[in-house]
Amino acid sequence: MSIRQLAQSIVAATAMLAMPLAMAETNRINMAKGVTEVGAQIYDLHMLIFWICVVIGVAVFAVMLYSIFYHRKSRGVTPATFHESTKVEVLWTIIPFFILIGMAVPATSTLLEVYNNDDAELDILVTGYQWKWKYEYLDENGENVSFFSNLATSQEAIYNTEPKDANYLLEVDEPLVIPTNTKVRFLVTANDVIHSWWVPEIAVKRDAIPGFINETWTNVPQEGIYRGQCTELCGAYHGFMPVVVHAVSPDEFSAWLGAKRSAGAAEAALAEQEMSLSDLLARGEQVYGGQCLACHGANGEGGVGKAIAGSAVALGDISKHLEVGVKGVSGTAMQAFGGQLSDVDMAAVITYQRNAFGNNTGDVVQPADVANFKKG
Amino acid sequence: MPMRLSANPSIDTAIKLVAVTVVMFAFVFVVMVPLYNVLCDALGINGKTSGQAYTSAVSSIDDSREVLVQFVATNNERMPWEFRPSVTMMRVHPGAANDTVFLAANPTDAAMVGQAIPSISPARAAAYFHKTECFCFNQQPLAGKDQAELPLQFIVDRDLPADIKRITLSYTIFDVTDSVGPQVAAR
Amino acid sequence: MGDHHHGPAKGLSRWFFTTNHKDIGTMYLWFSFAMFLLGGFFAMVIRAELFQPGMQLVEPGFFNQMTTLHGLVMVFGAIMPSFVGLANWLIPMMIGAPDMALPRMNNWSFWILPPGFLMLASTLFMEGGAPAFGWTFYAPLSTTYAAPSVTFFIFAIHILGMSSIMGSINIIATVMNMRAPGMTYMKMPLFVWTWLITAFLLVAVMPVLAGCVTMMLMDIHFGTSFFSAAGGGDPVLFQHVFWFFGHPEVYIIILPAFGVISQIIPAFSRKPLFGYASMVYATASIAFLSFIVWAHHMYTVGMPVAGELFFMYATMLIAVPTGVKVFNWVATMWRGAITLETPMLFSLGFLVLFTLGGFTGLMLSIAPADFQYHDTYFVVAHFHYVMVAGAVFSMTAAVYYWLPKWCGRMYNENMGKLHFWVSFVGFNITFFPQHFVGLSGMPRRIPDYALQFADFNMMSSIGAFIYGASQLLFLYNVIATIVAGQRVSDEKVWDGAEGLEWTIPTPAPYHTFEVPPKIEASHA
Repeated sequence: MSIRQLAQSIVAATAMLAMPLAMAETNRINMAKGVTEVGAQIYDLHMLIFWICVVIGVAVFAVMLYSIFYHRKSRGVTPATFHESTKVEVLWTIIPFFILIGMAVPATSTLLEVYNNDDAELDILVTGYQWKWKYEYLDENGENVSFFSNLATSQEAIYNTEPKDANYLLEVDEPLVIPTNTKVRFLVTANDVIHSWWVPEIAVKRDAIPGFINETWTNVPQEGIYRGQCTELCGAYHGFMPVVVHAVSPDEFSAWLGAKRSAGAAEAALAEQEMSLSDLLARGEQVYGGQCLACHGANGEGGVGKAIAGSAVALGDISKHLEVGVKGVSGTAMQAFGGQLSDVDMAAVITYQRNAFGNNTGDVVQPADVANFKKG
Repeated sequence: MPMRLSANPSIDTAIKLVAVTVVMFAFVFVVMVPLYNVLCDALGINGKTSGQAYTSAVSSIDDSREVLVQFVATNNERMPWEFRPSVTMMRVHPGAANDTVFLAANPTDAAMVGQAIPSISPARAAAYFHKTECFCFNQQPLAGKDQAELPLQFIVDRDLPADIKRITLSYTIFDVTDSVGPQVAAR
Repeated sequence: MGDHHHGPAKGLSRWFFTTNHKDIGTMYLWFSFAMFLLGGFFAMVIRAELFQPGMQLVEPGFFNQMTTLHGLVMVFGAIMPSFVGLANWLIPMMIGAPDMALPRMNNWSFWILPPGFLMLASTLFMEGGAPAFGWTFYAPLSTTYAAPSVTFFIFAIHILGMSSIMGSINIIATVMNMRAPGMTYMKMPLFVWTWLITAFLLVAVMPVLAGCVTMMLMDIHFGTSFFSAAGGGDPVLFQHVFWFFGHPEVYIIILPAFGVISQIIPAFSRKPLFGYASMVYATASIAFLSFIVWAHHMYTVGMPVAGELFFMYATMLIAVPTGVKVFNWVATMWRGAITLETPMLFSLGFLVLFTLGGFTGLMLSIAPADFQYHDTYFVVAHFHYVMVAGAVFSMTAAVYYWLPKWCGRMYNENMGKLHFWVSFVGFNITFFPQHFVGLSGMPRRIPDYALQFADFNMMSSIGAFIYGASQLLFLYNVIATIVAGQRVSDEKVWDGAEGLEWTIPTPAPYHTFEVPPKIEASHA
């Protein structure tokens, strides 16, 4: 960046300060009130404490400023000698104490509301992974719909070779969909390290702890798309696992859930079939972009992960390639994707890796091959 | 302090402070860790349930109340087993004995050992959720390609607070093959 | 006794073998300044990457190494040793003692620091890189999922901890046993009081940190499961143990800073400190309360609501004694005769900005609101206000205030004032916007961010470069003063300064108060 660009940036940044406050989505200076009732309670509490602090701050700083101007040696004043006053000390101990009690009362009732997980109508299991979320809708009949939610922003956008769109870093391939005006209970856990699930506009944040389950809840009255992020350092890509929640009408939700179930069945059906090379490659490229590219490079050139272009695994035995993809490589960052990708997706991405980046093996791996590999 | 450990008052002070240092180091292992575990067990604070079978006398069944018990299974990290509850939810009466199974399958060729760790939500329900038999009490060895039905028998205590109407029991299954040694795995 | 006292030894071996509190204080101060610049360099890498959205300079994994090392080096390498350096220089002189109680242990306390930090810095060059799990190193990210360098991180923490513990034992032994006759506890300068209380906190909680990292070592290498659910452990146990140390730690950082301010404001107001006794009691209450509030760092972890409420109430309570201190400092200024030399400017900057940090601390203590603040830049802004505009400004004020006494030369006042204003403006440009991005949803410890946070991040980075540059000005001023500053020989360098250290010659002789002084009626 040149000096001129830097100077322009400074001018622009300074001009920002003069901009009218709060309403713009960009350069927000305050917490969002959000769309939920408990979120509004939290916002009101936040503003109450804020204003109390402003009043006290203005009073204290006014006294200080007055003193700095008028009690100056250069004005020829003689310093006073007083150095204690029990009465005054008692006053400025007791008065703040009562102000704190005044704050503690609404804080207590709001906290009790945050913790009120009773009478939920829908339970969703949220699992934090390095570095994505998994959502599972608990169904009484055991037909749980479950899917992973990965960052959808491209590596090109992140590495500045393509422009960034409006929801840069806050977009996913599969959002969490919930019905409005329904009490939804979230069961939060983690697969590996501690993560934290946060959506500011619905005022939900809960840590995801491996081996333990936490619960929290929300009730979203307004349809919309609400975006959040992981809020507990969980490794290198902590900043790249956003949360996106679509709140839709209960009817739309049922339709969506039903479609998801059928899609699950359709995916299972697809896994029985023979797929064409072109279908596998198309699907495989998509999966590669979402799951492999970050570590293995846009051209299979490697990076955090090994190169795939020209690699022994991609050019060699298919069952070895399947083993790496399905079971991961222990002791490295290569995860076991067997539990995360459907057989169709796994077959597609392995086919893609074996044919892209100049590998050109001509190999075709079918979903049935993956299923058989998993069975042994 | 009455006891003089050295003629030099500074050395005396220093020795006593070194003792405080040692005590505070030991405090971590001897007080903090056990206290945490005891409080969690006693109050069910972090949703941990007891690692031992519940053996108290069974009380009568409360037919007037139903509690929805949900079962959730999570694989830790690279644990490759298929692991899921046979039923996702169960409506039970407090006081009644219930049983279900979790299904586990080892898709690899190698013998492995798993450890399931339970966690209950809401955490305060943990003290009222009694497992008379649970696969989580022991490590689970599974030979390569083998599968198993893992039993769970439980009673929800009649004294479960009235406002708790659903309890979620989550198991996270960990791969502990490396830490138990090949002989156990091969059993 | 006086006959065989010559000046200090010559050459490098003087510094390796010295047991003189002034020499050791000087080494601590220079070491901490070097660490401040190193930690500042890591911060520059962070802010350079965060200058714009997108990844431009470093990889995400390396960014996490920078944030981790920045925190560790600043807390354990810059702030803590700098105040120990002040303690070494000043406590003996302030209580009329010839040296610290245990001079050889004093030497060891300092000299294990450079190897400790060398070990920590060397992790950057190890396989897998330096620690990248944040200065709070939560398990299992720092155990099962850590790079191999974590073992050296643990050893470095043990070494740094031992240094702190030895230093604290020395301070307590000195203050309890070596006050000049007539200097009762309630006549000691407040700086000595705050360090005495801080030293007790350190002896109590540094071993807890040692226990915490030892449990990590055992989990990583000896098959235990303190923090792993698989073996019956709990990652949240880590957080409880860590913050049981961690919260008193932040008071360990700030109490000596309070002590410095309590010396400087009266001096430049030419008026005694208001409410000496209640300042002592307030400091002691803050220290006591600091043991029972730790879980306010863990509000989102899934604690039972009764626990959340207890920790919320206890945390809110700390605002009371802290408020008392702020009011007392203002009352000290009130109707004084104030002049605004550089030490006073930094002290007033402390008073305003630390109070702002205290307000955001009060906001953070409110548990339900904290669900929206936790792990966002709002927290980052809060702790930089209290640690930089709090502890670092106080430390800077201390150096300007006492440097003339230490070396017999006056610093350049215009350069000092420039340093203050550039620091003040640069600091606020860096950290004030971080409140905004935190409140509007930006998490912490991320190397890249959504577009709505871009402008304030750019502003923050510019401020950081400004603030960083001004510290080089400070370095220049200090060195120029020591080498060629205008000589000063009044015992009372500052006309309003009170205390035994202002009754000895300037520059302070190598050995002082070999004969205990007569103590006057009142306290400083």
